[in-house]
Amino acid sequence: MEKLIVSSAPHIHAKHTTQSIMRDVLIALSPAAVAAVVFFGWKALGIILVCVAASVLSELCFNLICKKTQTVSDLSAAVTGLILALCLPTTAELWQCALGSVFAIVVVKCLFGGIGCNFANPAATARVFLLVAFSASIAGGTATAFADPDVVASATPLEIIKFSKDAPLPSLLDMFLGNRMGAIGETCSLALIVGGIYLIVRKIIHWEIPVIYIGTVFVLSLIIKQDLTVALYEILGGGVLIAAFFMITDYVSTPINKGGKMLFALGCGIITVLIRFWGAYPEGVSFAILLMNIVAPYLTKLCVRRPFGKVGK
Amino acid sequence: MFRFRFLGKTKIPHRKNTAHMAPVRMPAPKTVCITMDQHLGAPATPVVKVGDEVKVGQLIAEAAGVVSAPIHASVSGKVTKIDSYLRASGALTTAVWIESDGLMTPCEGITPPSITDLGSLIDAIRACGLVGLGGAGFPTAVKFEAIRNGAVNTIILNGAECEPYLTSDARTMLDHSDLMREGVALLQRVLPCIEHYIIGIEKNKPDCIAEMKRVFEGDDSVSIAKLPTRYPQGAEKILIRNTTGLTVPEGKLPADVGVIVMNVTTLATLAKYAKTGMPLVEKCVTVDGSGVNEPKNVIAPIGSSVADIIAFAGGFREEIGKIILGGPMTGRAVYSTDEPIAKTTGAVLAFAPKDAKQPEITHCLHCGKCIDTCPNNLNVPAFALALKLDSKDDQIKVLEDSRVNLCIECGSCAYVCPANRPLTEGIRIAKTALRENKAHKATLK
Repeated sequence: MEKLIVSSAPHIHAKHTTQSIMRDVLIALSPAAVAAVVFFGWKALGIILVCVAASVLSELCFNLICKKTQTVSDLSAAVTGLILALCLPTTAELWQCALGSVFAIVVVKCLFGGIGCNFANPAATARVFLLVAFSASIAGGTATAFADPDVVASATPLEIIKFSKDAPLPSLLDMFLGNRMGAIGETCSLALIVGGIYLIVRKIIHWEIPVIYIGTVFVLSLIIKQDLTVALYEILGGGVLIAAFFMITDYVSTPINKGGKMLFALGCGIITVLIRFWGAYPEGVSFAILLMNIVAPYLTKLCVRRPFGKVGK
Repeated sequence: MFRFRFLGKTKIPHRKNTAHMAPVRMPAPKTVCITMDQHLGAPATPVVKVGDEVKVGQLIAEAAGVVSAPIHASVSGKVTKIDSYLRASGALTTAVWIESDGLMTPCEGITPPSITDLGSLIDAIRACGLVGLGGAGFPTAVKFEAIRNGAVNTIILNGAECEPYLTSDARTMLDHSDLMREGVALLQRVLPCIEHYIIGIEKNKPDCIAEMKRVFEGDDSVSIAKLPTRYPQGAEKILIRNTTGLTVPEGKLPADVGVIVMNVTTLATLAKYAKTGMPLVEKCVTVDGSGVNEPKNVIAPIGSSVADIIAFAGGFREEIGKIILGGPMTGRAVYSTDEPIAKTTGAVLAFAPKDAKQPEITHCLHCGKCIDTCPNNLNVPAFALALKLDSKDDQIKVLEDSRVNLCIECGSCAYVCPANRPLTEGIRIAKTALRENKAHKATLK
């Protein structure tokens, strides 16, 4: 008789793994990536390829140099790279994209212990880093391939709203489909929503999180501006949708329990609106995520559920 | 009845491959090895010597104290060895080996007990050697003792059978519904204080629900609770909550909220004992898994070895990677095919090496699936983190505060973990640490 394996129960495991979850996130991001290339052309493809390659390679090299277990196959580095790429405009230089990716993976993730240990969202942090370091090329954007040639695109919709520039706002339909200035993956709301629904259906994310975040931004904008159209522009413009489905739902840097995750989404929504209306920047999504990352452990602690049958305090 | 959220939400595979197979009685094995720790509480004390001739149903070990149960010979033959037996857990227990004469001669003194009131019912349950057959093995007589001094008004019959593969309880409900009817009638006769009988069945067994409805039609005190097919519906305190809405507080027993939970097979066994006087000597086990040639439900004498039972089910398929006694969520993996089945064994599962492979453990992602799925709302990651703390006192404090003692070890958290972290195993280690700390404190006093 051959040797029998003796282990502690349970003896069966659900099929999903870290890799399969990350693969699902990549699948969910693919409509936005395709839309990015359709609207912004080959430069967008270049940004995506550079970011993903730089992320994966930097994690590979870090693990090799530090003699750590290789974790590239869990696909989380690829996800970080893709999200970062989608948050950058076509005006970003490719070397800046690569630098941002290396920063996200090495500084934000690997130096804190690798997957599962980083306290801040790597993609959001890298975007803030690039924005602060290279404001000129990261803040703006270029017009899409389908933009009306008669209208000189000079500002993103959020900049137009914030700084009351003369440039006309794109129509709400263009905002929804993605035919506007902005970061390559943030513009096509339709693609992001399709990807988000995929994640919800696959039970990778709770549906409450994006709903609370988008809802908070929408309601607060409506209250402050007293204008339904502006409120719609606020949720369709900038990074609200990509953050709602792909960034504030990041497992590692958000609270671990569902209650905490919902508070996190609420907090992100409030900070986003505050920065957009009263801060120095037209966009506040990445800052909101970073600020909430810091309080995430406390939100977790706040939302520990009462065990069933518990007696006493 | 008020509405509340059902507890238990883990989606696990059903794999009830043997649900349509009526149990088959296997012939007497050459030898049986009957261990003395077949129940919760004190192990039984052997009352036979090596060389004694025994018959089926004869007492071979008596209960050692109140929380214990007697054990009876499951085959007729000769006691060949009384020795210690090493469990896969590393614990030692005493076992009695009986060489079968193949005749299965019943013991002469066996007569149906006379059950007239609560006292004689408890005596009968005790004499039968009855323990919770769902897996926990709590001596049934001790549960019924609570009726004497408490306000118990509900008996829940547990037919949830929420583990994958297992179908022996389902077969009890289908094949022995008459015995269940007699069992309930017996309890109704001697226990006027019990007002409600609730049979809890998961919705994935519509045939069982239909059969129970048919058998108990017209009896107002018996109701059937259809439970969602979400693991672990069969866990005692979860079942109580999901059928009655009552919460059993920590450190208390179901009887403290007026409820007794009994497995359907336990009830059928009691009814059979009341009718024939033959104590608990055999058990229906589901034999299944990718390593078994002919999966089936087998009625085997208690103490039969895994090897004998699987041989009766067509033998092993080529190679075997893992053998489990019980369901795949909570069952015990064994290290040898000589391992005997006990009163509490519900299944013998054998898996091919490819299904037995240990999954690779990766880093925790903080996805929170373990917390979301825990039927007891526990903060699962806290336990593993607590064990990493430097100070023993801090460890104990965090474990106590996060109520690791409320974990029922259902295995849901480890099942859903995408990183395949051994969460349930960690909880067992944490509980051991708490127990040792308690024992240590007791010695200091």
